[in-house]
Amino acid sequence: MAGSYRISGQGRLTPAKTARFTFDGKAMTGLAGDTVASALLANGVHLVGRSFKYHRPRGILSAGAEEPNALVTVERDAARKTPNVRATVQELYDGLTVNSQNRWPSLSFDVGAVNDLASPFFSAGFYYKTFMWPKAAWHKFYEPNIRAAAGLGVAPDQPDPDHYAAHYAHCEVLVLGGGAAGIAAALAAAETGVRVILCDEQAEFGGALRFEKGAVIDGQDGWSWAQGAVATLAAMDNVTVLSRTTAFGYYAQNFVGLVERVTDHLARPGRDEPRERLWQVRAKRVVIATGAIERHMVFANNDRPGVMLASAARTFLNHYGVVVGKNVGVYTANDSAYAAAIDLKKAGVGVAAIVDLRDNPAGPLVDEARALGIEVNHGRAVTSANGSQRIKSMTVQAKGGGAERTIAVDALLMSAGWTPSVHMFSQSRGKVAFDDATKRFLPGTYAQDCVSIGACNGSDSLEDTVAQALEAGANAARDAGAKSSKGVALKVEASEGWTGGMLGAGPGAGAGTTVKAFVDFQNDVTAKDIRQAVHEGMRSIEHIKRFTTNGMATDQGKTSNMHGLAIAAEALDKQIPQVGLTTFRAPYTPVTFGAIVNHARHGLFDPTRKTPTHSWAESHGAVFEDVGQWKRAWYFPRAGEDMHAAVDRECVTVRKSAGLFDASTLGKIEVVGPDAAKFMELLYTNPWEKLEVGRCRYGIMLREDGFIYDDGVVGRLAADRFHVTTTTGGAARVMNHMEDYLQTEFPNLDVWLTSISEHWAVIAVQGPNSRKIIEPLVEGIDMSDEAMPHMSVREGKICGVPTRLFRMSFTGDRGFEVNVPADYGRAVWEALWAEGQKHGACAYGTEAMHVLRAEKGYIIVGQDTDGTVTPNDAGLDWAVGKKKTDFVGIRGMMRPDLLAKGRKQLVGLKTKDPRTVLEEGAQIVENPKQAIPMKMIGHVTSSYWSANCDRSIALALVAGGRDRLGETLYVPMPDGVIEVEVTGAVFFDEKGDRLNG
Amino acid sequence: MAKLATATRSPALAGKSIGGQGVSLKVLEPAGRMSLRARPAAVAALSRALGVTLPQKSKTSAAKHGRFALWLGPDEWLVIDEAGADLLADCSSVKGLHSAVDVSHRNVGIAVAGPNAALVINAGCPQDLSLQAFPVGACSRTVLGKVEIVLLRTGEDAFRVECWRSFSDYVYGFLSEAARG
Repeated sequence: MAGSYRISGQGRLTPAKTARFTFDGKAMTGLAGDTVASALLANGVHLVGRSFKYHRPRGILSAGAEEPNALVTVERDAARKTPNVRATVQELYDGLTVNSQNRWPSLSFDVGAVNDLASPFFSAGFYYKTFMWPKAAWHKFYEPNIRAAAGLGVAPDQPDPDHYAAHYAHCEVLVLGGGAAGIAAALAAAETGVRVILCDEQAEFGGALRFEKGAVIDGQDGWSWAQGAVATLAAMDNVTVLSRTTAFGYYAQNFVGLVERVTDHLARPGRDEPRERLWQVRAKRVVIATGAIERHMVFANNDRPGVMLASAARTFLNHYGVVVGKNVGVYTANDSAYAAAIDLKKAGVGVAAIVDLRDNPAGPLVDEARALGIEVNHGRAVTSANGSQRIKSMTVQAKGGGAERTIAVDALLMSAGWTPSVHMFSQSRGKVAFDDATKRFLPGTYAQDCVSIGACNGSDSLEDTVAQALEAGANAARDAGAKSSKGVALKVEASEGWTGGMLGAGPGAGAGTTVKAFVDFQNDVTAKDIRQAVHEGMRSIEHIKRFTTNGMATDQGKTSNMHGLAIAAEALDKQIPQVGLTTFRAPYTPVTFGAIVNHARHGLFDPTRKTPTHSWAESHGAVFEDVGQWKRAWYFPRAGEDMHAAVDRECVTVRKSAGLFDASTLGKIEVVGPDAAKFMELLYTNPWEKLEVGRCRYGIMLREDGFIYDDGVVGRLAADRFHVTTTTGGAARVMNHMEDYLQTEFPNLDVWLTSISEHWAVIAVQGPNSRKIIEPLVEGIDMSDEAMPHMSVREGKICGVPTRLFRMSFTGDRGFEVNVPADYGRAVWEALWAEGQKHGACAYGTEAMHVLRAEKGYIIVGQDTDGTVTPNDAGLDWAVGKKKTDFVGIRGMMRPDLLAKGRKQLVGLKTKDPRTVLEEGAQIVENPKQAIPMKMIGHVTSSYWSANCDRSIALALVAGGRDRLGETLYVPMPDGVIEVEVTGAVFFDEKGDRLNG
Repeated sequence: MAKLATATRSPALAGKSIGGQGVSLKVLEPAGRMSLRARPAAVAALSRALGVTLPQKSKTSAAKHGRFALWLGPDEWLVIDEAGADLLADCSSVKGLHSAVDVSHRNVGIAVAGPNAALVINAGCPQDLSLQAFPVGACSRTVLGKVEIVLLRTGEDAFRVECWRSFSDYVYGFLSEAARG
């Protein structure tokens, strides 16, 4: 027998299928199909963890997803350590390693338990009240120490080696929850032929039928019926059955997030199996069949190991064949706990007494308990659980007080009634309504195409539940478009029915008491804490929740919310609905980052874009930099060169001979149509109508507010066809910007935009020898200065493939940009490289490109501009068509502030010491001796060492900059003030002769 | 002038393929591609010139002799010629208002085939890929993970995924990862 508390003949597990595991290093044996919780209980272990704040010994409260206490760390190997796993959910496999949490040095002797004695200092709101002074101690002392002392598991310290999958799915009917209600609804929906997805968080379907022995459906006991029905569903082509799958989030338009645990229950997962799979389901109709969760009783020391929900004890017995004690007590306000007592008694367990808070409990269950010889105490309460690491006895007293009686027990089963699980309904933005007769919140007003059925909808009987489910399933299918329905009939022949329940603190834990009667086990919130919050002025339940942290732990208050609300309502002397319910938020149960991130890890975290000549650059030693998603060659160091030396050499070589540069990442847009020029006039500041075919122009694009948005060279290929280039970073947004205006402001124009960024590879050949390098490879283009002057574009062939050859320069030297279809980029680059070698040309990267353009004062949008720079500020007035009456940004540009004197203008800066290179972003002041904070009048936007100028150069935005030419300004830095002279923005070849040199 | 050696073509991911559990991925041969925009009056003439009827209904395509016309918008088509024919030349004589732009090298085509093809694509594509919602011939400009793709169903168990050249590493990598399960 796997565990001394396993009873032969009880439960549904196979005794021969054993599984070994360790708990805190101790070897134990369980059975296949066990959860960690049932396996531990089978071995007589109740103490499984320490609580969050007080380090109190904690056991197993539940048998399901609502578990607040039994959180453990599961270790598969060194890299696979999962903290805060609910022992009631984790399935056992052979070789499983389980460790308890939040204890030191051991679970049974925990130093942190001193917090329990110090609890007056940790009461509600202590975060907000204590340790406020001195402020500096927060980071160094209070926070680290509180964090270390209060906490749960430890996050793994190695990268997660597992992989996680994702799947988008669509269906007509999504059924959340696979108990009797969900199964019946799925059967009714599936029969019509529509696509149905049925999911349940447990390994097996059946829901409450796992412990309810009294149900008989279609001649079978409830559990067997459920297994058969689910097998039928799984065999249908139109049905997807997902076990171990939790619906955790309900979003807009019936978009529901599910997480499927694929391998956590396997001893040896397959190499390609994902650990978890995120399902994102769009359903036409959702059927919510999430059941109800039993509440605990709120009394002193109700957190002692061995004190648990009655339904949990019944589950451990009826499903796992495990008894939770040899002599149990029962404390209840609901009939359902009687069923647990009866099942245990019949299994041979001693039932010391049933303590029922109700004055006159009656009905068949009560009668049966009495008939079995169980002592039933009505109108009485358990006022304390006694014992520390395991309950030893319970103190019983009449509700009104009086003599106390101590009854020895080794487990205490409790039930304060059942809370309908309206989480998913509430997440769907449905409004719950309080049912005063049964004191519970039920689905009220629906906000989406969904329906709640069964226990989560307040149904108390299986007959009612199944009837609701069959109707809801058929209706959902019909509303989602099912053509025909034969109908499904199910006969509930026997069932269990319970009544009763209570909310709030029980006797002995009421107002004025100071006992530790826990409402929220996971966050260590007691009834007293909630009253204290009210006493200190909290009125809204949302404030009380945050002040006490009630319901804010990872279990999201599944067992605690209603008790907390009732205690607050009593303290406020209000009715429960007046106090209101806190909002239910996703996730229903914790979801791993792995599932959320799924495929987006490593190389798939974000696309890495490479140009057609990337591999050439790689094999020629390029160092790459990230520019957005692109990898761009930054510089090409030769043996012995550092970055500085490489960039210097590249800059000098370009101006002396020539250089090849990969400009493929530039955005490129083909603007086509009879109104192409008209459209360009409206989107750019420049005039375009008169630009001749075959010529280019540098264009500036503004936003509506008059500030520079992007720039680039535009070539006119035909009267109705422009080849527009954008910045690399602006490629996507410029296309969107243009398309927005075309569709919303200028839909009358006959013009279309097509992104051709990736159709063309672009090889810039710049420098005095550029023409000599290209010319031998070109057919059909006369490249002489007369035939092809600066700023022109020609179409022809290079290396036998089509090219759009631009003569343009971003260096100030003679230059060309060779566009070829992307797949030919590498071959044409190599041909140009071979020609270049004859002339001593080099390959250069983005850093040299930046230096070369700065030597000429050419701006980079986004570096020398920051979204508050007008064309005039940037010294680009010449690019604004003076006669134009309309373009995007023309009105914005004329706002008084944008025309005012003293605006920051782009200028050059020369350091007095030519060796000193300024820092980009450094602030500029007029007088370095002024008091701090100094008045800053501008900042450095670009700064480089220029080998061609043999000195440092910088561009800066300076208030009234163009009126300050020749002035001395100062750049204060941590290690001293740097003196600079304001100059024009052009540092090299001011006349521009080299464009034709 | 001496005859120049013609540049050789180096397509992205040339020839890559994998076969997995119920799905295979194959990078397709280079093809001719044209982004076609047109006013309604030009559609008939363009269809005649191209030899394939430009579809007018959303999410539909037309195919003839290895030439596909995919509806991408009310006035937008992606035309693919598997043999790499010059699609612009075919349209050059059409007088009606239109814009034809060569995007042959912009895209990479990846064939995803096998009983799990839709499942694998649905790892990153949120569309309903059931045969009812996305029958053979259906097409859509949509997303796969973090990038845009154009998806064409070429058979009950076969799709053509088109993406921009520099995203092809990502798309192929994503599909390979999704094919693991």
